[in-house]
Amino acid sequence: MQTSSFIVMVLVLGALAYRLARRRALAAVGGPSGIRQLHSLPGYYGLLAAIWCVFPALAVLGAWQVLQERVLVDLVLAHQPGAAAGLTDDQKGLLLNDVRNVVDGSVAAADAPPQVQAAAAEWRRLEGIGRLAGGSLALGVGLAGGLLVWRRVGPQMRARNRVERLVELNLLLCSLLAIATTIGIVVSVLYEALQFFRMVPIGEFLFGLKWSPQMAIRADQVGSSGAFGAVPLFLGTLLISAIAMLIAVPIGLFSAIYLAEYADRRVRAVTKPLLELLAGVPTVVYGFFAALTVGPLLRGAGQAVGLTVASESALAAGLVMGIMIIPFVSSLADDMITAVPRSLRDGAYALGATRSETIRQVVLPAALPGIAGGVLLAVSRAIGETMIVVMAAGLSANLTVNPLQAVTTVTVQIVTLLVGDQEFDSPKTLAAFALGLVLFVVTLGLNIVALQIVRRYREQYE
Amino acid sequence: MTTTGDQAPPSAPRASPRAAPEPPRPGAVIDTRTVGEVTVENPVVSARHVNVHYGEKHAIKDVSLDIGRNAVIALIGPSGCGKSTFLRSLNRMNDTIEGARVTGSITLDGQDIYDKRQDVVQLRARVGMVFQKPNPFPKSIYENIAYGPRIHGLAANRADLDEVVQTSLRKAGLWDEVKDRLDHSGTSLSGGQQQRLCIARAIAVDPEVILMDEPCSALDPIATAKIEDLIDELRRNYTIVIVTHNMQQAARVSQRTAYFHLGDLIEVGATDQIFTNPRHRLTEDYITGRFG
Repeated sequence: MQTSSFIVMVLVLGALAYRLARRRALAAVGGPSGIRQLHSLPGYYGLLAAIWCVFPALAVLGAWQVLQERVLVDLVLAHQPGAAAGLTDDQKGLLLNDVRNVVDGSVAAADAPPQVQAAAAEWRRLEGIGRLAGGSLALGVGLAGGLLVWRRVGPQMRARNRVERLVELNLLLCSLLAIATTIGIVVSVLYEALQFFRMVPIGEFLFGLKWSPQMAIRADQVGSSGAFGAVPLFLGTLLISAIAMLIAVPIGLFSAIYLAEYADRRVRAVTKPLLELLAGVPTVVYGFFAALTVGPLLRGAGQAVGLTVASESALAAGLVMGIMIIPFVSSLADDMITAVPRSLRDGAYALGATRSETIRQVVLPAALPGIAGGVLLAVSRAIGETMIVVMAAGLSANLTVNPLQAVTTVTVQIVTLLVGDQEFDSPKTLAAFALGLVLFVVTLGLNIVALQIVRRYREQYE
Repeated sequence: MTTTGDQAPPSAPRASPRAAPEPPRPGAVIDTRTVGEVTVENPVVSARHVNVHYGEKHAIKDVSLDIGRNAVIALIGPSGCGKSTFLRSLNRMNDTIEGARVTGSITLDGQDIYDKRQDVVQLRARVGMVFQKPNPFPKSIYENIAYGPRIHGLAANRADLDEVVQTSLRKAGLWDEVKDRLDHSGTSLSGGQQQRLCIARAIAVDPEVILMDEPCSALDPIATAKIEDLIDELRRNYTIVIVTHNMQQAARVSQRTAYFHLGDLIEVGATDQIFTNPRHRLTEDYITGRFG
C-alpha cells in the first residue's frame, strides 16, 4: 500500500472524528435545543477531535518516512553478511547505491550481480512491510487521538479555548521556523567566516588593497599566491550603488511627486502600475540588457568623443541598476507623500501658497524622514543586488572610482568564488563567507536604520 | 471651474420678509426661499445666486448672502447642509477638490473672486482660513507664523518678520505662552494652543476676512472659551465667518446668523432674533433641537 493512501485514510479518519465528536457533544445536551448548555459550539468539539486525530497521525507517518531509510539500510546490510562483511563505509555506500538503482528500476535487475539482486529483493520486501507497519501505526495513533477527545466530550469541556490555543501554537511554530532559518544562516555564515579569518587576518581582509583570490594548488604554481584585500570590492560596490542611487533617487522621487500631487486619477491609474511593472522585470533580464545593450552603447559613445570606456563599465551596471530601483523609490516615496495629511496641504493653500510652494515647503519636509528611510532601503537593495553586476560589471578588482572602468562588487566575487567545484578548507572558498558576512552586516544595519526612520515617521500622524 | 456672470443685479436678492412660521403640514413641500435680510450696508463679501456642485451632488442651491464689515457671522445648520461648502467657496478652497463646480457670483470689495483674472494666491492672502482640526505645519512655531508673510513677500528683512510674528502671536493671545520657545515644533503645543497658532498664522498675512470652519470642535471647553474670546477680540479688525455646530457658540460670538438646510439658505438675521424669534419653521425646529 502506498503512503499516499494512508494519508487519505488518515484524513477520512479525521473527518469521521469531527462528525462523531460533534454528534456526541450535541447528544450530551439532548440535541440542538440544549446548545446553550454546551461550553463551546458543537463544531469546536468536532474540530478538536479531528486535530488530535489527523496531526499526530501525519507526524507519525512523516517521521516513519524519514527514519525508514536508515533502518532499511541497516537491515539489508545485516541480512547480507557475505556481501557487506569487510567492506569500508565508502564501499558499503557504493553497494547500497547499486541496490537502490535496482530497486528503483533504473538498472535492469538482470544486469546486476546476484548479491545485489538478492539485496534488492530483500530491500523491496522490507520496504513493503515497513510501509504497512508505519501506515498502521499512524492510523492507530490517529484513532487513539480521536478517541481520547471523543471520550471526554461533554458540556463542561472547554473545546473552543483548546482549539484556539492549538491554532495559536501552530502560528507560533510557523513564525519560529522563519526566525530559526535566519538564525541558522547567520550562524553558518559566521562560522565559515571565522574559519576564513583564522587563515587571513581580519585587518588584511577589511583594509587590504589587493584582491586576487586564486590559490596555488601545486607548490610550484606561479602567480597564484592569493591576496584577500577586499577594499577594491567595497569601493566597486559603493561606486555602482552610488551611480544607481544618482539615477533612482531623483527620478523616483520626482515621479512620486508627480503621481501623488499632480496626476489626475486616470493618469495615475495607468502610470503607477506601469512604473511598478519595472519592479517585476527579472533581474537577469536587466542584467543582459546592461551587458549587451547599455555597455556597448556607452563604449561606442565614449569612442565617439575620444574616451576609453570598458565594455563592462561601472557606469553601465549602475545605470541599469538605477532603473531597476526607480519603482522601489517611487512607490515608497509615493506612500510617504500621500500619508501627509490633507489638512496640512489645506493649511498651506489657505495661506495662499501655490501648489509647488506647498509641495516644496510643507509636503516634502513632512514626508522627508519617510522618504529618507525609503532611500536607505533602496541603497541596501542596490548593495545586495547580484544578477545585474554579475553580467555587466566585470570581474577585475580595480581600485578606482572612474565609472568608465570595469570594477567588481562583493556580490560578483561571492558568485565567482562559489561557482564550480569547491574545497572547503581553502581561503578562496571561505572568503565568500567573509564577504557574505560583511554584506549581511551592512544591509542589516541599513535596514534597521531605515525601518526605524520609517516607523518613527508613521507614528507622527497616527 | 466655471463661473457664470451675475444674472441678477447684485442689490436685488430674492429674499422677502415674511410673517411668523406657518404651522407644519404633513407631506407639504417646505418653502426653502430665504427668509430675512440677506443684504447689509457696505458688505465685504457679497454672494449672489451661488450654486456649488460636487460632481452630481448639488451642495449649495442658489444662495445669496452679504457679509458685513468687522462683524462675526455664524453659519449654522445640520450636518451636510452646505455651510462648510459655502465657507470654502469664499476663498476658493473648493478649487482643490476634484469635480467641484461653483456658479453665481461672489465679490470681495466689489471684485468678482471667480473672475479669470483673479489670482487665488492673492485672494487667499485677503481671505484667511482656520480649519476644524488644528493643522500647524511640522515646523517651528516661528516658521509656522512666518510662512505666510514669506510666500507673499510681506517682510523685507528679518527684523520685519520678527515683528510680524510677534504681533500675530499677540493678537492670537498666544505670545505669552510661547515667547520663550518660538523654535519648538508647532505640533508640540496643546490642541487649543495649536488652534490659536493657526489663527495667528492666518492673521500674519493681514487678511480682511477670516473663515473659521468649526474651529472649536476638536477642543476642550476651556480652550474653546479662549478661542471665543479671541474671536470677539479679532472682530475689531477683521471680518469673521464662522461655521459651527454649537448653537450656544453661535449665540455667544456672532452678531448675525445664517441657517442652512440641505444646501438652501433658509434664514438670515440678527443672532438675537434667530435664536429668540426664528421666522422659518425649519430654523425653529433646528434651534429648538427637533433635528440636527
